[in-house]
Amino acid sequence: MKITTIKSTVIAGLILTINISSFARLAIQNKGSDTLVNVAQAWAEEYSKKNKNVAVAVSGGGSGTGIAAMINGTVDIANASRKMKAKEIKLAKSKGQNPIEHVVGFDALAVYVHKSNPKKNISIPTLARIFGRKGTVKKWSQLGITIPGCPSDKIVAVSRQNNSGTYAYFKKIILGKKGKYRMGTLDMHGSKDVVDLVEKTPCAIGYSGLAYATEHVGVGCISKSEDGNCVMPSVKTAINKTYPIARPLFMYTNGEPKGEIKVYLDWIKSNTGQCIILKKGYAPIKNGVCS
Amino acid sequence: MEDLNSISLNSQNEKNIGSDQLDQRNLDWYIDKAVSMIVFIAGISAIIFIVGIFLFIAKEGLSFIIKDMDFTEFFTSPYWEPSDEDAPEYGILALILGTASVTGLAMLIAIPFSLGTAIYISEFATGRTKEFLKILVELLAAIPSVVWGFIGLTIMNPIIIKLFNVPVGLNILNAGVILGLMAAPIMTSIAEDTLKAVPDHYREAAEALGATKWQMIYKVVLPAAKNGLLGAVLLGVGRGFGETMAVLMATGHSINIPTSIFDSVRALTATIAAELGETAQGSEHYGALFTIGIFLFLITFIINLSADLIIRGVRKK
Repeated sequence: MKITTIKSTVIAGLILTINISSFARLAIQNKGSDTLVNVAQAWAEEYSKKNKNVAVAVSGGGSGTGIAAMINGTVDIANASRKMKAKEIKLAKSKGQNPIEHVVGFDALAVYVHKSNPKKNISIPTLARIFGRKGTVKKWSQLGITIPGCPSDKIVAVSRQNNSGTYAYFKKIILGKKGKYRMGTLDMHGSKDVVDLVEKTPCAIGYSGLAYATEHVGVGCISKSEDGNCVMPSVKTAINKTYPIARPLFMYTNGEPKGEIKVYLDWIKSNTGQCIILKKGYAPIKNGVCS
Repeated sequence: MEDLNSISLNSQNEKNIGSDQLDQRNLDWYIDKAVSMIVFIAGISAIIFIVGIFLFIAKEGLSFIIKDMDFTEFFTSPYWEPSDEDAPEYGILALILGTASVTGLAMLIAIPFSLGTAIYISEFATGRTKEFLKILVELLAAIPSVVWGFIGLTIMNPIIIKLFNVPVGLNILNAGVILGLMAAPIMTSIAEDTLKAVPDHYREAAEALGATKWQMIYKVVLPAAKNGLLGAVLLGVGRGFGETMAVLMATGHSINIPTSIFDSVRALTATIAAELGETAQGSEHYGALFTIGIFLFLITFIINLSADLIIRGVRKK
């Protein structure tokens, strides 16, 4: 008897809270890219301070998650660190969704190595030989390096799960359109996990958004060719396009945004919104936003 | 007393009033019917669920199997790259080897442990020790798999790195040890039940012939219980194949054809867990994951069924 009473009270309570929240505030569902999740959360927090009637619910999980949710019609705004594929847009249209793309910022994709790794300048062809299926570089000594704390000499390549936008972008830029990753990469399930693992593993090399850099990890200086000048990733080099692996960050809406969603997106693209993304370590879509 | 009264009252009523009253469909009758119906539904619910689940998995995977799947590629290619835009690759060989290697190592660890524990509990331990051990084993079986995974990630990982001087401690060894410890309690419980089912007069006869305790166990008890013990091992294998969370956390999640126990691998279950939430329903990738699901379902079904048949064979004797 007791249990049923408790149960029904709980259920009644749940129904009540759901009703209250749905009547009082408009909730925008925002999901996707792990690269964007921190800044999306910061936007949502700032926005809810300004506009008490709108609550933005943000969750991560990877660009693939957000795009899948957009295709399945379970999200209002999908975050992605890669463009939607032609196939995905087709699938979305067949399900009655019409994804519209909005560029909300730029991100420098950093290559991370262990703090004790002496090699800090890496060229894109070398990266391809480390990460690519046809690549031959499996040991650090092949690059002329010995890392203290890595007696096995084996290169531990840290990658992302295959639905990640970062995974897809890195593949396209480093390995080429037809390129494939080699077997035996450690596939992490989040941007932060990559940096965490590289931080703890002297033999490791991995890639992730620059915003996840910490002082306990080494960041690679990237050059386009073996003997070219290398460029450090930064907001500045991402904006002026000198850093070779910087990419746009997207938000997708179903159809042209209307109502509160349009107001929210316009706010994100405004100076206030763009100043927030700059402070989080990403490049804004225009100059002079924080003045 | 009350019952007697009511019966006599009823019989009086029957005399006075017509045959309608012979119909005893009162509240108790309905309750009885309703309860037996509920119990019946609960009883066959397992069948309904298993058929329902299989139909669901088959339906989701079917379009992939018919339209896009290349059987030879699926089972013999080690390349799993389903999100590639132009040329997606759906090979699960590396995943099968990952699952098999982890389960194999887990069994190497779990079989001696669980058989030893079962023999000790059933043949040597007495009184309080026996009860205490049985409760402990059951407690061990109740630890959630995510906790085991966490142990693999945070405790085993640095130990393996230090001990064996390998770059990454998330590998077959780590997952195998974790999975072995997870499977051992279940195997112990079943093995102990089988040993208990060996009739005592076998033991008495052996002792009467002058056998030592070890001779009795080795020559009489174990052969008599061998089917049940095999069943216990098979259930452990089934557990190993189906385990997801702990394996996802402890293997390193790396598509790899393993050549040593220090290689990171990826399991079939872990692949489904990591990728299913992020695929669009109805896409090729989604269908491929469900096809892995069908494959896993068939394997665990065969393993569990044969375990069950073997154990049943013992009981009949």
